[in-house]
Amino acid sequence: MSTAATIWISGPVLRARPDGPFRLREAVTVGEQSLLGEVIRIARDEITVQLYEDTSGLRPGVQVTGSDQLLSIRLGPAILSRIFDGLLRPVGDPSDPYVKPGMQVQAPQRLWFTPSVRVGELLNPGVAIGEIASGAGIPQRCLVPPDLPGGRVSAIAEAGEYSDDQAICWLEAPDGRRLTVAMTHGWPVRVPRPVQARLASDEPMLTGQRIIDCLFPVARGGTGAIPGGFGTGKTVLLETVAKWCNADVIVYVGCGERGNELAGLLAELTELEDPRSGRPLLERTVVIANTSNMPVSAREASIYTGITVAEYFRDQGMNVTLMADSTSRWAEALREVSGRLGELPGEAGYPAYLSSRLADFYERAARVRTLGGEIGSVTLLGAVSPPSGDFSEPVTTHTKRYVGSLWGLDVRRAQARFYPAIHPLQSYSLAADSLVRWWHAIGCTRWQELRRRFLTLLEEEARLERMARIIGRDAMPARQRLVLLCAQLINQCFLRQSAFSTNDRYATPSRQAVMMRLIGSFIEGAERLLEVGVPPEAIRDQAIFRHLMRMGEEIPEGDWEAFSALDQELTATLRRLINQSRAGSAEDAGASEVST
Amino acid sequence: MTYARLVGEEIANRAEGPLLFLSRSLDVGLNEAVEVEGSDGSVRLGRIAALDQHSITVEMLDDTAGLALAGTRVRFFGEPLRFQVGPGLLGRVFNGIGRPIDGGPPLAAEQAYRVDGLPIKPSAREAPSEFLETGFTAIDLMNSLVRGQKLPLFSGGGLPHDRIAVDIACNARLPGKPEETEEFAIVFAGIGIPHDSAEFFREELEKSAALARTVLFLNLASDSSAQRLLAPRFALTAAEYLAFVEGKHVLVILTDLTNYCEALREVSASRGEVPSRKGYPGYMYSDLATIYERAGRIRGLAGSVTQVPILTMPNDDITHPIPDLTGYITEGQVVLDRDLHRRDLYPPIRVLPSLSRLMKDGIGKGRTHADHPALAAQLYASYSQAQQTRVLASVVGEDGLSEDDRKLLVFGDEFEQRVIHQGVEARTLEESMAAGWAVLRGLPRGELHRLDDRQIREHLLGERSQREPPR
Repeated sequence: MSTAATIWISGPVLRARPDGPFRLREAVTVGEQSLLGEVIRIARDEITVQLYEDTSGLRPGVQVTGSDQLLSIRLGPAILSRIFDGLLRPVGDPSDPYVKPGMQVQAPQRLWFTPSVRVGELLNPGVAIGEIASGAGIPQRCLVPPDLPGGRVSAIAEAGEYSDDQAICWLEAPDGRRLTVAMTHGWPVRVPRPVQARLASDEPMLTGQRIIDCLFPVARGGTGAIPGGFGTGKTVLLETVAKWCNADVIVYVGCGERGNELAGLLAELTELEDPRSGRPLLERTVVIANTSNMPVSAREASIYTGITVAEYFRDQGMNVTLMADSTSRWAEALREVSGRLGELPGEAGYPAYLSSRLADFYERAARVRTLGGEIGSVTLLGAVSPPSGDFSEPVTTHTKRYVGSLWGLDVRRAQARFYPAIHPLQSYSLAADSLVRWWHAIGCTRWQELRRRFLTLLEEEARLERMARIIGRDAMPARQRLVLLCAQLINQCFLRQSAFSTNDRYATPSRQAVMMRLIGSFIEGAERLLEVGVPPEAIRDQAIFRHLMRMGEEIPEGDWEAFSALDQELTATLRRLINQSRAGSAEDAGASEVST
Repeated sequence: MTYARLVGEEIANRAEGPLLFLSRSLDVGLNEAVEVEGSDGSVRLGRIAALDQHSITVEMLDDTAGLALAGTRVRFFGEPLRFQVGPGLLGRVFNGIGRPIDGGPPLAAEQAYRVDGLPIKPSAREAPSEFLETGFTAIDLMNSLVRGQKLPLFSGGGLPHDRIAVDIACNARLPGKPEETEEFAIVFAGIGIPHDSAEFFREELEKSAALARTVLFLNLASDSSAQRLLAPRFALTAAEYLAFVEGKHVLVILTDLTNYCEALREVSASRGEVPSRKGYPGYMYSDLATIYERAGRIRGLAGSVTQVPILTMPNDDITHPIPDLTGYITEGQVVLDRDLHRRDLYPPIRVLPSLSRLMKDGIGKGRTHADHPALAAQLYASYSQAQQTRVLASVVGEDGLSEDDRKLLVFGDEFEQRVIHQGVEARTLEESMAAGWAVLRGLPRGELHRLDDRQIREHLLGERSQREPPR
């Protein structure tokens, strides 16, 4: 292995004079503490290394040792339900509360393996050789690593407990080489794992959040971004999605964010149960933590580590969702390293390759047929933290070019504690049309129609609000007042959803559909009333309006009787108002209701 | 400081502002501490800021006036800056680099800690969830503070942030545990503050007899900027010692972080680094994080570090890089408002842009009061509507408003006068909640979407006898 002598250090970057060949993106270790780094630039007589740890105490002359391998992480079944730093080194060890330089990779774990292939079978790369029970949680599979050529099984371990770095399957490659397969294997983080084919996606990644699932959905294998200034609820929204979305595995990358929030998330994931399996949510989660005070360059690597882990689980035929909070911190890490290298800065000081790096990242989201012939997906959701909440800055604008769904967070909604503070007019989803059939299939036949209706109403509301600010609400015609009333109902009852309410923290598609339909009936009923001359205020002052407003909070999942009672109450109220109006006493009725 | 490892003589080549450039004849590492003894006999502290094959750049922490190149001896310690702390820390006053300035004896050192600290593993952190009562309704009821949180005050020049900080330091308590004061300690770091503010804090703390459980770190406006960068780090090292070794609950007040960021910009410029937004260095986010992230609790250890950093927003602009980056790191913010201050309301806290991210974990059933979350949510929703109505009223006039809108206007005023404003009296959470329910009573029922029927029945109709608002 080649070595090099350090000649210059600045923050996380060092330059060294090599005495042998180094490769770009090769992993290196530096000094006595074996600090981990990566070669990011090579010249004939000098290499530049980016270090992933605190560089205090490093001095010129310190030795840099090459590894002859690209920067890689070790993927294996024991990753699940654990917490790691940006380079997949465990930070869950409770004996030392502090992150110190020179941390080690995860020690081998003993796991139960059950083979599913026999001696003599011909295996392609990426095919399963057996099941692994990792104690608790979801069953996993052991695959032939995708970078091996595959071959005929010459021996396979019997069912039993093995160390995860021990060979359990021996293959004879077509060229006669003998290959071994263990439960873990290394994979370079910056190289996407191969698949058989990318597939179109027609199934939603359900988040349990009504504004996302119904108005701005994301498909399995799709991408979404959440831009928002500080305090608009990016982290809470991502955490809520991490808790309740219907993925098999969640990879949560806390990239340059707060330690206390990650601690809170870990505590909640341990306590909360997955509504589908009844097991703790932590069992399906991998947390990659690189808080804002941990070394900056590891922040850059953590995104790639996260997505490589996500692809590893995808290759086992699972649906994986990755959350990155926040991609802006990742971009800033790029900027910092680029600045130290003296590269020519682009927009706002970010390197000119920012846009292509973002594209590389979001392009790794996909629904695929794996090498083993199964269907899996990786859905990517990234938070963006624009400085001063200004969406015209480079990270937000470039991100917008690559994502399929955008959930723009609004400061004014957040200040009124209207969460999720997604602004309907600053958000979009390109996936909506491909998901209509899925909603149809679960029985919500009017999904597309109602979604359009809601969006038009919200659009109209924004226009009318501007007018109301000038002439006053009462001076507006009844039809416009009705639009405002309906929009209020959609906003307050349907789009607002408290992440901390036990009834409403997530909503199943059926519950979302029922609520959508009820609001639809209200809108249609109120319009009919308006035609016969009943003003919107008369409807607003009925008890049904308050009941509808609070149905999300008050009617729990699965209580369909309460919903149908509400439906009956709505029909009855509308009929009563119509009859009263026919009897020519609409005004009186309205007046007498107001006084209650 | 421990003994010097290496000594270099006649190696200084150039001095420029706070930076000293030495030839590299010795084997030393980045970030290590040095002592520079000038030909004038005075000893100055510094640290190694940059290294290459031929030269060493030292950032001086003491004033460099009077320093000559000839005859200068440099002592290298071979380790990063450390702060020696031990029992007897409480009640003392230090300068920004941990030297006693109260005329007392040097500290009986127990152990030396790296002033830069080490990042706490997220998995070793205990999620903060203990409600800490500050005595201010706008914080306790609307933006609750919990132990281990970092909640900055975003202020402006001329606003009473010092007063608020002192009141929080004196009134803060865990409800239900009044006798816990002995375990409670305050670390106060004045970063680049005028002498008057420093005196104000010292006097006020003395008056309330809190000085005996306080450690003061004073970096005055006249001290060097490089020292300014270290003052919060020394203070937090002391806080971590008190919290995680002595098991105390420590409230750290850092004022004023704007001065810290200005110093960061100055030092960065003198090193010739590429500037980012408004001339501040690109790494300011990461640098501020190494300060703010030192708040928290550690699983299995008794104490906690809670931070209330204060910063003055340049030109009252919340989108300025200093408050902007701070807001992205801290767990919320409390924003002070000039308009409320002019109307003589105290504390002049603008609740709409204020936020406490950890509030949800510290309030509600079993922690404060079961109806606390709903009450706060309702007050927020209605006050934000009242603000919109005010805009409307300024255009169409109050007469053009509907009955309900006029009620909202009244609510907005009452909320500011009776909930936000409280004068010098500290309120318990019960009193704060009663004040909140009282102002909600004037609103039409149709506006109360965030309350359920039971809450309306219990707190707003009927049984109001035992919960009269405080005068």
